[in-house]
Amino acid sequence: MTAFKVPILKVGDVLLVSIQADIDDRAVLELQQRVLEQIELTNARSVLIDISLLEMVDSFTGRMLSDIASMASIMDAATVVVGIQPAVAITLVELGLELKGVSTALDVDDGLRILKERMKEKRRKRTVGADEHATA
Amino acid sequence: MTSENNTSQAAINPLTIKVLTEREDEILEIWMENRVNSSDFRETLISGEELRADSQSFLRAFITAIANSNVEEMRGKEFNAIRRLLLEISEARAAQAFSPSETAFYVFSLKESLLPFLRDAFRDDPETLLEELNKLSKALDKLGSFIFVTTIKNRERVIRQQQQDMLELSTPVVQIWDRIICLPLIGTLDSRRTQLMMERLLERIVKTRAEVAILDITGVPTVDTQVANYLIKTVTAVRLLGSTCIITGVGPSIAQTIVHLGIDLSGIITRNQLSDGIRQAFEMTRQRVVPINAPPDGEPSAEKGDTDDRVQSTYSESW
Amino acid sequence: MPQPEVSRIAIKGSEDIVRVRAAVREAAVQMGFSNVDQVRLVTAASELARNIHLYASGGLVELRRVHAGGRSGLRVDFEDAGPGIVDLELAMTDGYTTSRGMGKGLPGSRRLVDDFDIKSEVGKGTLVTIIKWLL
Repeated sequence: MTAFKVPILKVGDVLLVSIQADIDDRAVLELQQRVLEQIELTNARSVLIDISLLEMVDSFTGRMLSDIASMASIMDAATVVVGIQPAVAITLVELGLELKGVSTALDVDDGLRILKERMKEKRRKRTVGADEHATA
Repeated sequence: MTSENNTSQAAINPLTIKVLTEREDEILEIWMENRVNSSDFRETLISGEELRADSQSFLRAFITAIANSNVEEMRGKEFNAIRRLLLEISEARAAQAFSPSETAFYVFSLKESLLPFLRDAFRDDPETLLEELNKLSKALDKLGSFIFVTTIKNRERVIRQQQQDMLELSTPVVQIWDRIICLPLIGTLDSRRTQLMMERLLERIVKTRAEVAILDITGVPTVDTQVANYLIKTVTAVRLLGSTCIITGVGPSIAQTIVHLGIDLSGIITRNQLSDGIRQAFEMTRQRVVPINAPPDGEPSAEKGDTDDRVQSTYSESW
Repeated sequence: MPQPEVSRIAIKGSEDIVRVRAAVREAAVQMGFSNVDQVRLVTAASELARNIHLYASGGLVELRRVHAGGRSGLRVDFEDAGPGIVDLELAMTDGYTTSRGMGKGLPGSRRLVDDFDIKSEVGKGTLVTIIKWLL
């Protein structure tokens, strides 16, 4: 197995993770680690994981996606997974994997839009909270 | 003639091969005579020439095969060639409205035509005659039943294709507006139909970048636990893609059934009217319908009772 | 009849799970399975191969074409000499999980295939056989 690293790019505030091929379990765990490190290093507020080229998602990969979303959230970054293929979606449902806690979008455009909305919502909530503090 | 080992017992006697090869033309004649004169010959469906041509090909292929391969195992390129030939004949006959029984019977009928020639060749050796007749008979039996097997396979293939076509026709995915598609379901939902419906819907969602997919079940006669599960499964898969599914056409009887069966539809958006589903879809995709003379403060006029007659709408009751 | 070809893949490390996936995918594509069915097969195979890796630390996966009643199918066997499954019935119910909340994926895998058979003996090992038939 060649050591093939999943590309992680910073685009604005967003960490773009592009899983382009079938990766083995070790690479999956490594990816998780790298994403969290990059969130810290780049101060990213959002993570967008593009799996439009993944032709299979099993319980291990599904678990990885859920974990990344949870862990990123603890580090105050939102996560969106985009590009789940129809056949993969059907199989996930049949497997009984719901990918709890993972937001999904059709493609990168929609994913970025959703992340932007979530950021706006977060800021709005914080501003409200700050105002409430101020008036108290 | 006795043989030492098993394998040569399975092989055809050289005399048989000699007789069949040398007298092939005569055999063909007898066979054709028997066919044409038989009570079940349907001369309106097939011409004498075509029948003769096919029969000649088959007879020749059969004799070649038994001369060169083990007649019991029926393997190898000669027997494969016969089977291919039978496939062609079978398809041609089917197209001519012959039943598979008739075609199989046609193959079986070669047996009686071979009898006089073998009887003649082995007239001093009734035991071997019987053995040879047996071997040939078995081989022709297997070839005849091969016709049935392939006919069934062909029919199943046609049925599957027709089902697919019917499915395509009966479940058109309609693009209602930007990012909104609608799939009206009509008829009973069985596991196979649902499967195909789900695949089509998901593919169309990806292709058209639909944010909302409306599944209208007005045309689905009964919703039981199984159908409800199919719908839930579809909604979940759509959600995984990143889109939302709205189920419309949920009427009083379906609503009652769902509650009585204890089916949990929480998290699934359902509407009674398709138009309400469409309205919801517009909202969710951040779009709205406004009359051409919108009032200056931008009040949306997609409300009931709007009388501006330049706004054409197909959903007159609900908009 | 020519002898059925059997592909064998030994499971020693986690990278072998990927080899199993690739082999199953190739076989499924060659046999003409639909796209969705290919994904189902590969996913089920991935789950079951991983079980071997996680719970038995080694085993064997075998692929072969099968025929029955005029249909063709792909059969995959997952065999290990591991600890075996103590409560088979429990393992086959949805929601059963062991280490780290990752279930054995058995009921899920079963839903992805047509025929599913599991034999397990504590202390001896486990054999899971799956078959998916071409429509």
